[in-house]
Amino acid sequence: YSSMARDGGVSCLRSSETMRVGIGGMESPPLDLDEVHVLAVDDSLVDRIVIERLLRITSCKVTAVDSGWRALEFLGLDNEKASAELDRLKVDLIITDYCMPGMTGYELLKKIKESSSFRQVPVVIMSSENVLTRIDRCLEEGAEDFLLKPVKLADVKRLRSYLTRDVKLSNANKRKLPEDSVPVNTSLPPPPSPFTISPVSSDSSPPLTISPESSDSSPPLSPLEISSSPLSSPIDDEDDDVLTSSPESSSAPEESPARRQKMRSPLD
Amino acid sequence: MDAHVAQLQMQYRNYILSLYQQGFLDDQFTELKSLQDDGSPDFVAEVLSLFFDDCVKLVGNMARALDQIGTVDFCQVGANVHQLKGSSSSVGAKRVKGLCINFKELCEAKNYEGCVRCLQQVDIEYKTLKAKLQDMFNLEKQIVQAGGIVPQVDIN
Repeated sequence: YSSMARDGGVSCLRSSETMRVGIGGMESPPLDLDEVHVLAVDDSLVDRIVIERLLRITSCKVTAVDSGWRALEFLGLDNEKASAELDRLKVDLIITDYCMPGMTGYELLKKIKESSSFRQVPVVIMSSENVLTRIDRCLEEGAEDFLLKPVKLADVKRLRSYLTRDVKLSNANKRKLPEDSVPVNTSLPPPPSPFTISPVSSDSSPPLTISPESSDSSPPLSPLEISSSPLSSPIDDEDDDVLTSSPESSSAPEESPARRQKMRSPLD
Repeated sequence: MDAHVAQLQMQYRNYILSLYQQGFLDDQFTELKSLQDDGSPDFVAEVLSLFFDDCVKLVGNMARALDQIGTVDFCQVGANVHQLKGSSSSVGAKRVKGLCINFKELCEAKNYEGCVRCLQQVDIEYKTLKAKLQDMFNLEKQIVQAGGIVPQVDIN
C-alpha cells in the first residue's frame, strides 16, 4: 500500500501523500496539517465504505482493511521484527470494529498497545453493541474511544478533533501558549491518563505526535505548529478531547498500560 | 420552473417521506444522504448496492445453514444474522435491521422453525426495500433528466 520514504524515520504514507515534515522534535516547515492518516479496520464492506467516506469528509487519509491481521500486516507488526528496523508508517489513528472473525478489535487493540512502534497511536473501537463490560475492557486496554455503530459524521468529527491540527489557526497563531487552549480545557477535568498531552495541541493530539520517544509517531510537530482549535462540537466526552495536563514530554510513552480515559458513553 | 419537474420533485418528496413513515428507512439513511455531494454523487447508491449484495450473500449462507436439517449450526446462522444486522444498521434499512434483531434471538434459542420463517421475512424485506429504493433512484434520475435538482427532503 504505502511507499515509505527514508527521511529520518518519517515515512510517507503513499507516494501521493508526502508530507513536508521535520525530523524529531525540530521545528518543521509548514505542514499539511490536514493529512491525518487513519487506518480503519472492519470486516464489513458496507461499513468500510461508510467509515471511509466519513473520514474522507473530515479530511483524513484512509486506509481501510478487512481484518485485524491485515491491519497488523499493514503496520508491519505481523512479524517479530523489532520496530526500530522498520520504516515507520504514519498512522494517526486506528479505528476498528470490535466483532470481527479471526481477530477481534479488542485483540487488535492489545497487539497495537503491545507494540513499541504503534502503542501511542490512538485506537478507537466501534461496536454495534452497547456492552459496558466490553467498553470498559477496551478502555482498560488503552482504547481512546468507543463508538456505537452506526457511526455518524458527528462521531468522526469528534475523533478528528483530538487529532486535528487546524491549519488556519496554526498559521495564524504561531505562539505556543497553554492559555490558548485553556479556555477550551477548563470545563474538563484532567484525565487520569498517563499520556498527558500538551494543552497546546489542538484538543488532544495523540501523544505520538509530540513525544520525542516515538519515532513512529506522525510527523513530530513543533509546538509552534500545534495550536488549539476551537472546539466545533460539544465535548460530551469528558476528558477525552482536551487535556489540561502537563507537557507531553513528561509522559513517557512506555507507560502504556491501563490507560484509563473516560469515554463517550454510548448512552449519550 | 418547469411544471413537470416540480411535479416530479413533489412525487419524490412524498415518496421519500413515505419510506420513512412506513419504517423502511431510518435516520442512518438520512446520514448517508448527507454524506453525498457533488464530488461523490453516487455514494448512497454505491453503499446500498453493496448492502444488497451483502443481503444476497448472507441470506444465501443462512439458507444453506438452515438446510442442514438436524445438524443446523445456529452459531453460524447467528453470525450471518449479526453481519446483516450490522450492515442494515449502517445503511438505515430499518425493517431489515428489526428483523435481524428478532432473528438473532431465534438463533440463540435454536428455534428452527422460527429461524426459517424469519429468514423468509428477511428475504422479502430486503427485496422490497431494494425495489423501493430503485424507484427512488429512478425518480431522481427523472428529475435530473427533466432539468431539475433532486430536492433535499427534510424528514422531520
